[in-house]
Amino acid sequence: MLLEKPRRTLLAKIWDQHVIAHIGDDTDLLHVDRHLLHDLGGSRGLLDLKSRNLSVHNPELTFATPDHAISTARGRAGTIKIGQELLAALRVETAASGIQMFDIDEPGQGIVHVIGPELGLSLPGCLIVCGDSHTCTHGGLGALAFGIGSSELTHVLATQAIIQRRPKTMRARFEGRMAYGVTAKDLILALIGEVGAAGGTGYAVEYAGSAIRDLPIEGRLTICNLSIELGAKMGLIAPDEKTYEYVRGRAYAPQGEMWERAVRAWRKLPSDTDAVFDREVVIDVDKIVPQVTWGISPEHVIGIDGDVPDPRTFGDPTRRAAIETALDYMGLKPGAPIVGTPVDWVFIGSCTNSRLSDLRAAAEVAHGRKVAPGVRAWVVPGSETVKRDAVAEGLDKVFVEAGFEWREPGCSMCLAANGETVAAGLRSVSTSNRNFIGRQGPRARTHLASPATAAASAISGAIADVRMLER
Amino acid sequence: MPKPFNKLTAIAAPIMRSNIDTDVIIRIERLVGNAVRGTLGKWAFASLRYLPDGSENPAFILNREPYRRAEILVTGPNFGCGSSREGAVWSLQELGIRAIIGSGFGDIFFANCFQNGILPIVVDKEIADGLAAEIEHTQGAGCISVDLEGQTITSPSGTRHHFEIDPRRRVGLLEGLDEVLQTLRRDDEIRAFQASDRHQRPWIHFAGKQA
Repeated sequence: MLLEKPRRTLLAKIWDQHVIAHIGDDTDLLHVDRHLLHDLGGSRGLLDLKSRNLSVHNPELTFATPDHAISTARGRAGTIKIGQELLAALRVETAASGIQMFDIDEPGQGIVHVIGPELGLSLPGCLIVCGDSHTCTHGGLGALAFGIGSSELTHVLATQAIIQRRPKTMRARFEGRMAYGVTAKDLILALIGEVGAAGGTGYAVEYAGSAIRDLPIEGRLTICNLSIELGAKMGLIAPDEKTYEYVRGRAYAPQGEMWERAVRAWRKLPSDTDAVFDREVVIDVDKIVPQVTWGISPEHVIGIDGDVPDPRTFGDPTRRAAIETALDYMGLKPGAPIVGTPVDWVFIGSCTNSRLSDLRAAAEVAHGRKVAPGVRAWVVPGSETVKRDAVAEGLDKVFVEAGFEWREPGCSMCLAANGETVAAGLRSVSTSNRNFIGRQGPRARTHLASPATAAASAISGAIADVRMLER
Repeated sequence: MPKPFNKLTAIAAPIMRSNIDTDVIIRIERLVGNAVRGTLGKWAFASLRYLPDGSENPAFILNREPYRRAEILVTGPNFGCGSSREGAVWSLQELGIRAIIGSGFGDIFFANCFQNGILPIVVDKEIADGLAAEIEHTQGAGCISVDLEGQTITSPSGTRHHFEIDPRRRVGLLEGLDEVLQTLRRDDEIRAFQASDRHQRPWIHFAGKQA
């Protein structure tokens, strides 16, 4: 008998492995392999479940850590009262349900999307959900990972399953070599600029091409992290030898004979060579320069050597009005070069860019230099482990000597849920993922960029092209 | 558990700017805590609705009559993009919104709407723009009718548009079904899947325990 398998994508292979039941047009009940909880929504979900007289279906597949609402000051000083209450509630409710929690000051604590891969909880081919839209980050390991809302979170706690409609598939191929000063963050920002903030809505995006294969795993996590900023709830990259090397030996990764079995299964996951995608985009990586946003959506992005757009040059009135609104909010002059725009704040951190390689890149720029007068610059490591590894390398000293503040791990100023904000009207260069109105604080102005660009801007006191700093 | 939704005829407010994200719909600090529901309506669209001194911004549509009483929003592309915060939907619900008609929605926001008995309807951009123009022409007095069972939208001038909706979602809203209880009826299937999967992919089920 001829066994002809349809040409399948990475997404289809992972998806099909998780189908518990087919329940409607393109809609399946899928098994959830890992459910990650954080302080903002974790205890709320567990209490919701309790109020309905239900219990956690699989506590052993559920893991929790505080990251959103805790202070990142030394000793967690100044954690807001409600943040303390959420932390206490997360401790009580996870303990009552038998869920493992990685608590503050313990190895394992950190931003939920940093610790999943770091602990080996996130694995190729596994299905991961979390009540946070940046769950797509874990796709960098070849996992199918996506953010869910509070109601879905309760559903997953109660059933260990999630109802999902199969998304369309897009492949974004990054071909070519990254030039000096260009990072994973720049690649994904360039893609968002190209397809727009809704370009990936309804799709799962597979990132492929030579530049993706060349990227180390932490860079791939950064790429997948910003999937949601192009509208795609899911973004993923086929696992390869680098992935297995990264996962091997991590605390929760399989070992011994089970490891061998797992890798054999993971090797079958990459899309078949003749797999068909609903949409294909090709990005010429050779042409990409460091990117920086100028507006209030991640799609408002230009090369660091570019000019702020001038609304008068746009014929479409809707487009023109949108640019005017953004420039008015950002306090930028139409047509002016973005480089040289004075900054008040620099934030290096978030689930996008707070891993060891990000901190190394920023430290390389900061080394032997000083943060410009009048600029406040923070480095917030993504996890307790990242922090300890960075300290072991002396990166904290490099930052402190340069005038950066070295902080405790957490989400911090990416979304300012813990009260760490950029004040109204002030301008920040941030390695995070959203430049939305008020994201870093009411009326705060955010420019998204890579860790290298952020560090260079801290040193220069203005948005800076890292390639122009003396080497 | 969502309230059932079937038919609605109501005042509609057009908010046509692209990429209104869920941070703009509700700021994160309003959502920190386990007892925020019921406090959010006042803070929906705060950055657009209020001036820096806290007073109402008269230029914002939801501060004007009759739009203050709107139960339907007509929205621009990519409404509700960004964060997964379900509080965005809760805040709109507390504002009295029951249906949102737009040319595109953030995927997670779209799913969160159904979980709360709010009907998001995707239409072509021309239809959304046309509805907005008609509403503005009547200065908001012209109501929009939504019929979920018949899958139609009727504009203030009486033009009827058919809309598509996932049949499962449609029944869920019409009947106000509780998804958790529905899925728990399939618990035998979930457990059977897990029993078989433990052999197929033991590394998933024995995380950190090398059985």
